[in-house]
Amino acid sequence: MAVIVERPKLSILEKFYFPAIMKGLRITLGHAIRILRRKKKVTMQYPEEKWDNNLPEHYRGAPALVTDEHGRERCVSCQLCEFICPPRAITIIPEEIPPEDQWSKVEKRPREFEIDMIRCIYCGMCEEVCPEQAIFLRKDYAISGYTRDEMVHNKKKLYEIGGVREGLVNKWNTLK
Amino acid sequence: MPILISFIKIVMVIFVVILPMVAYSVWAERRVSAVIQERVGPNRVGIPFTKIRLFGLGQPIADGIKFLLKEDFTPGHVNKFYYWLAPALTMVPALLTCAVLPFGSELFGEKMVIADLNVGPLFIFAIASLSVYGIVLAGWASNSKYSFLGGVRSSSQMISYEISLGLSLVPVLLIFGELNLSEIVWEQSKNGWLLLPFWGDGAIWNGGVDRFFLLFPAFIAFIVFTTSIFAETNRLPFDLPECETELVAGYHTEYSSMKFALFFLGEYAAMIIGSGLIVTLFLGGWSLPFGLDAYLMNMTGDPEQIPWWLGLIHIGTFLAKVIVFILFFIWVRWTLPRFRYDQLMRLGWIIFFELALVNIFITAGILILTRGSAS
Amino acid sequence: MSLLFYIFSGLMLGFGIMVIVCRNPLSSALCLVISFLGLAALFVTLNAYFISIIQILVYTGAVMVLFLFIIMLLDIREEKSKDWNFLAVGGGVVVLFGFVVQLISVLGGYEDGKQKMVPFPEDSSHEDVKMIGAEIFTNYNFHLQVLGVLLLVATIGVVVLSRRQGKEGSENN
Repeated sequence: MAVIVERPKLSILEKFYFPAIMKGLRITLGHAIRILRRKKKVTMQYPEEKWDNNLPEHYRGAPALVTDEHGRERCVSCQLCEFICPPRAITIIPEEIPPEDQWSKVEKRPREFEIDMIRCIYCGMCEEVCPEQAIFLRKDYAISGYTRDEMVHNKKKLYEIGGVREGLVNKWNTLK
Repeated sequence: MPILISFIKIVMVIFVVILPMVAYSVWAERRVSAVIQERVGPNRVGIPFTKIRLFGLGQPIADGIKFLLKEDFTPGHVNKFYYWLAPALTMVPALLTCAVLPFGSELFGEKMVIADLNVGPLFIFAIASLSVYGIVLAGWASNSKYSFLGGVRSSSQMISYEISLGLSLVPVLLIFGELNLSEIVWEQSKNGWLLLPFWGDGAIWNGGVDRFFLLFPAFIAFIVFTTSIFAETNRLPFDLPECETELVAGYHTEYSSMKFALFFLGEYAAMIIGSGLIVTLFLGGWSLPFGLDAYLMNMTGDPEQIPWWLGLIHIGTFLAKVIVFILFFIWVRWTLPRFRYDQLMRLGWIIFFELALVNIFITAGILILTRGSAS
Repeated sequence: MSLLFYIFSGLMLGFGIMVIVCRNPLSSALCLVISFLGLAALFVTLNAYFISIIQILVYTGAVMVLFLFIIMLLDIREEKSKDWNFLAVGGGVVVLFGFVVQLISVLGGYEDGKQKMVPFPEDSSHEDVKMIGAEIFTNYNFHLQVLGVLLLVATIGVVVLSRRQGKEGSENN
């Protein structure tokens, strides 16, 4: 059933517009004065003031790869992150770890690991899905480059951003 | 020699006062809107290659350079000649109208007005009514629906509000009995501003009973006139011609680069001239309040001669008043929502037209009662 | 002064001819606007500021804007060049001839140096508005009243017509 909403009946003062306009002008002037007297601060002067210190604990920035305390790359090239990645930003080319290597029992490692930062949506699914806890979302947010190629983070760059992460899973150590 | 002086005055007014003021009122618009919305606004562009920012005062210059360097694109479906003509036709009338505005009293014995015509306000109306051609032509020549609707809206709005604009001016002219803007300002300087008659012969204790009672019609005229100026300059409560929610950008949808900038700046120039006209007619133009003019002129000994420093003070006063009015225009823009088109037409034709008409009779009645029939 | 006269009268006549020659109705209207502006400028050279301003205000500012409005709304396209309509051309020639004869007969009445024109005031400070106002409201007051009544009748007629149309429209709905 259609419900007809009655228009509110305006009083004479309201029909006259003028008091309402004055009220509106007072409100905007109030806001202006509040910001001019520095009672309230909303905007951050970005390049000088940065978000870095104010980022929340759960902030999701650029994804990066980490090595463990022995300098071993944690990624075992299982490619789960490649499959889960919604925008398909991750490309992994796996390779076999040669038998003479110290970590040959791990069997696989990425030969190339690329994240296209133009595609990445910072969803954190790669971090969530990784069984080896090898990929983490860091707090870096100002990812920029002059060319499209520069925006593709390769393995070297990813380890550079990620650095060393100690603790967590140590299954490869115990099996040594 | 008079031609040379006129030339200097024109150059000074247009290139030193009006055009920088146009550019900086755009900056003021952005800063004030930011402050009203609790933001910061453009505050970075200062002197290039240094860290000096100057509150972003370099922004208009950067904007201007950007407008000049952008691609000037002419769509294929437009009528080329009128498409090129239209932006000029909006900018030129806006600048022409400043010819009769008295922007100061005297400087070195020279009247601070470019053309001291006896038909000042009428001249402004006549030239301002030509600015509608630019918009109509832009709408027609662009050959697009949005531009066309913008142009049609603009012209009907301007025609409608020109009537209440002209009628609301009649009481003012009745009160002063004068069509020369410089004389009107002199009168206000001596005997009180139209909206503030509290010194000289205009004060009620000096026998200015008429001026006291005329405050009421003067205030009505002020409201109608100011609102009509808003409508004439397509400022926000009445910016239906470029209403972006319905018409993309209205009559300048198809324009780019400097041609767009001319429309944009023409609007601001019209706003400045409108503010100047309101200040001149209702708020005493360049004159200082409370008889300070007469006091300062008597102080120097010769009451007829205006010293150069007082001339400069007068110019400064006029500019200060105009700037206050521009800020008011901006403040209103960021406060009020846009009118609906039928509301706009109703306001113009049913309320303001009648109000201005009745106001003329009220003024005439008060004048007859207080000044007698033979004046 | 006379140089300005020739410039502006040339503008007026040139654009006046353009009004008829132009095939695009919009161009014709705009040529008429420029012609009016030239006329206003001629009035200015005679120090008749009020008349010239009113010329701009009424004709170019209001009447021609309405013309343009109608041209735009009716979407009148450029006219195809038609064959010569000899009746129309003949009529035009007759009217032109009559006008020239009239002009000659009027101007021929002036003998050289016998009948002087009233000199126009040289300075711009004379109050032409006041003069016109006084003239209209004293000598021609009756004519003014008649004109006022005529305009009032026209206004009422427009209101009545538009109201009736509105009613029909509502019935159709």
